[in-house]
Amino acid sequence: MNYQYNIGCSLSNLKGIREFVRNSLKDQHVPEIEMSAIVLALDEMCSNLMIHAHHCNPDHMLELHIHIPVQGKFIFEIVDNGSVFNINEFHEPDLDNLVHQKRKGGLGIRLVKAIMDNVEYLKRDEKNVCRLTKIIK
Amino acid sequence: MVHIKRLQEGGADIISVIGEIDASSSIELDLAIAKSVGEGFKQILVDCSALEYISSAGLGVFMSYIEELKDKNIPMVLFGMKEKVANTFSILGLAELLHIATTKPEAKKLADELSV
Repeated sequence: MNYQYNIGCSLSNLKGIREFVRNSLKDQHVPEIEMSAIVLALDEMCSNLMIHAHHCNPDHMLELHIHIPVQGKFIFEIVDNGSVFNINEFHEPDLDNLVHQKRKGGLGIRLVKAIMDNVEYLKRDEKNVCRLTKIIK
Repeated sequence: MVHIKRLQEGGADIISVIGEIDASSSIELDLAIAKSVGEGFKQILVDCSALEYISSAGLGVFMSYIEELKDKNIPMVLFGMKEKVANTFSILGLAELLHIATTKPEAKKLADELSV
């Protein structure tokens, strides 16, 4: 099963992304708590890309692909033309530091890594592909 | 889209967060807490019973006030969270950094204890 959603890089579109992910998975018997976590991870990845790689320019597009090759394995790809925002290269700040520095950012990456089983980056047709994999037993 | 309502009860400012908080709407939560602190309330209770979703942008707002509220001795207690929202806090281990209660009376009691 494959699903695709193209969306401009405006933060007001995050709600649409969440609805797309939820609708695409609705027949996959994903427990609600896992569903909510997956929706959250995709929101985090897309908002990071919109902010850091596209400066919230609504004319820049993200393609979101959901691929379910076998039952229980979910592959999410975010495809874009921006600069690569590789969360694997980011040092996750520890929570005490965030509190101390009164920083509002830095938590999203931690959430994505905690929720997804794998996060990888590749190139396809000259575009950046961020691929997130989630296994649900 | 989020709606935020504030009402005052027994010396506490109760901030009700209704809807979804993401990177586009977290500023609303930030402004509400800033107003509450600016107006000099001694306790802040955040009613999360109608909060359907929160992303890291919203969590970051709560985190960013921890030090300031501690310095000013203003307890902030969140209550009424749905399981799916509570799960987001617990994935990050924030449940240990923030004060979280189940019901409003419990939140008020905890705030009173923390005020001492």
